[in-house]
Amino acid sequence: MLVFLLTFSTTIYSQDEAAAASQEAPADAAGGDVAAGESLFKANCAACHKLDKKAVGPALRNVADLFDKDWLHKWIKNSQGLIASGDAQANKIFEENNKMIMPPFPGLSDEDIDNILAYTSKPKAEPKAPVADAAAAGGASTGGGGVSNGLVLGALALIFLLLVIMLYLVTNTLKRIAEANGVVYEKEEKEKRLPIWKAFVQNQFLVMVFSIVLILVGSYFAYGYMMQVGVDQGYAPVQPIHYSHKIHAGDNQIDCNFCHSSARKSKTSGIPSLNVCMNCHKNISEVAEDTATEEYSKEFYDGEIAKLYKAVGWDAENQEYTGKTEPVKWVRIHNLPDFAYFNHSQHVTVAGVACQTCHGEVEKMEVMEQFAPLTMGWCISCHKETNVNLANNEYYAKIHEELSKKYGVEKLTIAELGGIECGKCHY
Amino acid sequence: MKTLINIGIAIIVSASMVSCFNDKKPNYQYFPNMYEPVGYETYGEYDIFPGQQEAMMPVENTVPRGFVPYEYDDSTEGLELAKAELQSPYEVTEENLATGAHLYTIYCAVCHGDKGDGKGILVTREKFLGIPSYADAGRNIVLGGIYHVETYGLNAMGSYASQTNEKERWQIAMHVMDLKASLKGEPGILETTKAEANTASETEPK
Repeated sequence: MLVFLLTFSTTIYSQDEAAAASQEAPADAAGGDVAAGESLFKANCAACHKLDKKAVGPALRNVADLFDKDWLHKWIKNSQGLIASGDAQANKIFEENNKMIMPPFPGLSDEDIDNILAYTSKPKAEPKAPVADAAAAGGASTGGGGVSNGLVLGALALIFLLLVIMLYLVTNTLKRIAEANGVVYEKEEKEKRLPIWKAFVQNQFLVMVFSIVLILVGSYFAYGYMMQVGVDQGYAPVQPIHYSHKIHAGDNQIDCNFCHSSARKSKTSGIPSLNVCMNCHKNISEVAEDTATEEYSKEFYDGEIAKLYKAVGWDAENQEYTGKTEPVKWVRIHNLPDFAYFNHSQHVTVAGVACQTCHGEVEKMEVMEQFAPLTMGWCISCHKETNVNLANNEYYAKIHEELSKKYGVEKLTIAELGGIECGKCHY
Repeated sequence: MKTLINIGIAIIVSASMVSCFNDKKPNYQYFPNMYEPVGYETYGEYDIFPGQQEAMMPVENTVPRGFVPYEYDDSTEGLELAKAELQSPYEVTEENLATGAHLYTIYCAVCHGDKGDGKGILVTREKFLGIPSYADAGRNIVLGGIYHVETYGLNAMGSYASQTNEKERWQIAMHVMDLKASLKGEPGILETTKAEANTASETEPK
């Protein structure tokens, strides 16, 4: 049903598109349904070919003008057969593209191929220049949301300061006018009254209560202040390449382990090396229009991908590595002190703890930040609360049973398995 | 005048109380020499290393522990050869298939789809296009060929040798064979290998 709906909606769309295309390019007389061609192109060709950029294979815009139509049909249906038959043109193209084999497409009918060629002959859509530019400019100006916030606050503070100064000046002027008019300020009462601080010092009970309150409040703040020393919760440094976890892990639902592959079997979760980025970004050199947000424009994101290409030495124009690489100095966010041992694989693979338990909703973070305090108390409380999955662990079945008996519980926590012994993490 | 000084002090104190938190900088530490490692830490930055990078490429002509050499070339001929003769050194078991399915979900399903029909989330969102189904008629998908492609990559697909080890790639390959069979409505790889083993054991005693 869904498939039907999808095809239905694409045909509706396609009719508009086809009509538009035929208006734009009446010369496109090859005959062929542009929209049908587009879906065929996306399903069969787009893995290796792009319209305007070299990818695995050459760019295909207006390929129908370059070659004879019958020859193209033969090539698409079975390029290797054509090469083997000794066709000069076929061999030349094969040589030119580093002998990369294009798989045969016997499933495509002549009509299908005509449709695809009609799609590749479609004139390049003119970008909606004014709108796009305005949007880009808007994106750029709102790019620093934090700065404008600061500006507003600064202006408010300035106004406040001006008000205070004005008030001060006004009182001064009023005073002077009063003096000029012969009004005399008398400080007569002052002499008689005991100054308030003297009265306070003389009242011993008040002094005692006040000092106790002062000590309590002071130690409360001192305690809070000292407990946050060395805790980096909320730390969100600026990274050399703006990598958005939200786009990758959230919108595109790529598993955390895809890039942080060593979290499954190693102490560290691993900062992905750039070849992992390039596995996908060889193909994705720019973000889609709808990836851009108000805060970060498409140009901004494309620039970040360009930074990746520069670091890894990828020449997107010729689709090859130049060999000139420069390391990316990622800023480490989560960092345990040297005296505490933590192992990712033990938590990810053995315990099956979800990454989000400790790292928060990373799939919603545009800028990565530290979610957990990573203090010892935080570790311990989790170890005390979390039950261990004892299923399918026959080797330890007996010891688990005895421990259950010893503690008189059905489900064992990590603490009961010895997970809060000092030596487990400090050695 | 005195009140003015008092107000000034109050402003400075309140400003210093609220302005210290900066999420772009790490907090200061109590006796940092207890926190910072004496040895070289993973991904650390130290002068002794080229480019100050602790993370380096393995020394040339060395292999990681548990490494198994792979002798087929990263070329069309190599792929054809692997398809023709390469066999899995690991037995097809339920356990291997389960691990393979788990790893497939992590590394492959975003593009190839959970069912192997080439309709993963990146394809439906049009980030990647033209991913073929495993049941595609024009393709000869066999165990050895899958392993070869996982190791070296093919066309727009990159190599996954840095994220998975040899055994894991074979486990994924087994799961891919299973997906292909289920797409085509054929019995899974576990049943077919069992059937093969049965016929082999039947013929052997004679």
